Amino acid sequence: MNPILKWFYQWAVPHFVYPRIQAWLPWVAILASSLLLIGLVWGLVFAPADYQQGDAFRIIYVHVPAAWLSMLVYMAMTLMAISVLVWRIQLAELALVASAPIGAAFTLMALFTGAIWGKPMWGAWWVWDARLTSELILLFIYLGIFALYHAIEDKRQAAKAASLMTVVGVVNIPIIHYSVIWWNTLHQPPSLSKLDTPSIHPDMLWPLLITLLAFKLLFVWMLLLRLRTELVLRYPQSAWVQAVMKPGANKDSHKEPSR
Amino acid sequence: MNFLILIRQQLSLALANKLDWMTPLLFFCLVIMLFPLALGGAPQALAEVAPGLLWVAALLATLLSLDSMFRGDHDDGTLELWAASRASLLRYAYAKLISHWLIYALPLVLLSPLLGYGLHLPLQALPILVLSLALGSVSLVWIGAVGVAITSGIKYNSFLLALLVLPFYMPILIFGASAVDVAAQGWSALGPLYLLAALAVLALTLVPFAVAKALKLSLS
Repeated sequence: MNPILKWFYQWAVPHFVYPRIQAWLPWVAILASSLLLIGLVWGLVFAPADYQQGDAFRIIYVHVPAAWLSMLVYMAMTLMAISVLVWRIQLAELALVASAPIGAAFTLMALFTGAIWGKPMWGAWWVWDARLTSELILLFIYLGIFALYHAIEDKRQAAKAASLMTVVGVVNIPIIHYSVIWWNTLHQPPSLSKLDTPSIHPDMLWPLLITLLAFKLLFVWMLLLRLRTELVLRYPQSAWVQAVMKPGANKDSHKEPSR
Repeated sequence: MNFLILIRQQLSLALANKLDWMTPLLFFCLVIMLFPLALGGAPQALAEVAPGLLWVAALLATLLSLDSMFRGDHDDGTLELWAASRASLLRYAYAKLISHWLIYALPLVLLSPLLGYGLHLPLQALPILVLSLALGSVSLVWIGAVGVAITSGIKYNSFLLALLVLPFYMPILIFGASAVDVAAQGWSALGPLYLLAALAVLALTLVPFAVAKALKLSLS
């Protein structure tokens, strides 16, 4: 077989991937938590206060990364769903199922921090603005995918149904993204996407960029944790799970477990 | 050819069983009748909320009618025969969707001006109400069919269907109700109507592929 293709194929093999997840987890965890710490302390303590919004703007360092991830996780899930429907990759099924609650959590977080930000700025916890409503719809789509997966007994069929639902639901993502441009609503237009001339001061931009990266790593960390659990739950009888689950097996878990 | 046969067969089945196609219609009337009782009969107040009420009631009635779409065929093996025969599931999906719309959505659309009149909706808004429901119900039936097809293989859970389908109904509801609302205030409703038409075209062309795929999955 073509060595490059072979290299790609092995990433769909559970007993190849599991030990690598184990090996990467601590590094991802360290990187994510240290970046998160740096970004949040810089943003919440050292960044200058906004001339118009005062200290209240500081919630941007949680709100924007969470909102960005709520859409990014969905796009990642769409890629996984296509891998499931077209190439029937089992690992993608597990990653899809593992991602849905994380995406829902980030969406909830974006809505919640948005409400906290909206109260002092707009004078209301919630308004039926295009972006807020489409983000709320996204939350329900995540929950629907999760509920659908758990309603079907046969897990392979459940994953396929959830994948199809994910692909159908992707229509909502451009609606969320362009809602502030298409509709002239209360939510402020994006301040980051114009990278050539960002409408945000560098002193405020840098901590935001760091938290954006930190949240992405946080997603990877949580995904790996959940994926590890899903792998063990899906293949409880296989030899490599038995080997990994043996007491004292964690020491050399980075080695290839024998089948 | 079997496309037209299937549609005719569905229609004659529905006409033979009168209660079948009348239930969503009766539900629509009853839900609308609840509101004057709950809100009090003041014409001004009723006219103000009528576009939203009519649209929500039509949406829920359509959602209720969806359940039966593939269930019978799934249970008695018709669907498996279709999948096993050389006829494509896509054609089956199209025939099912068209007949479902004719049996359940069309009567609802035709009845709506009467209920709109009952809610004291201004007369010039009634044609817009019919038009918006005609366009919107296409999207409602077509998009809802994906949810029904995905859940048709599992033990039935109507709340799961609502959870899957309702998020996708929200844009249709927003544009539909706003078209009627704008018309009731005496302005041109073309903007939201165009958007509804665009959604309907999108649903008509893309959704049957997802329905066929979901039906295939539910059979495996």
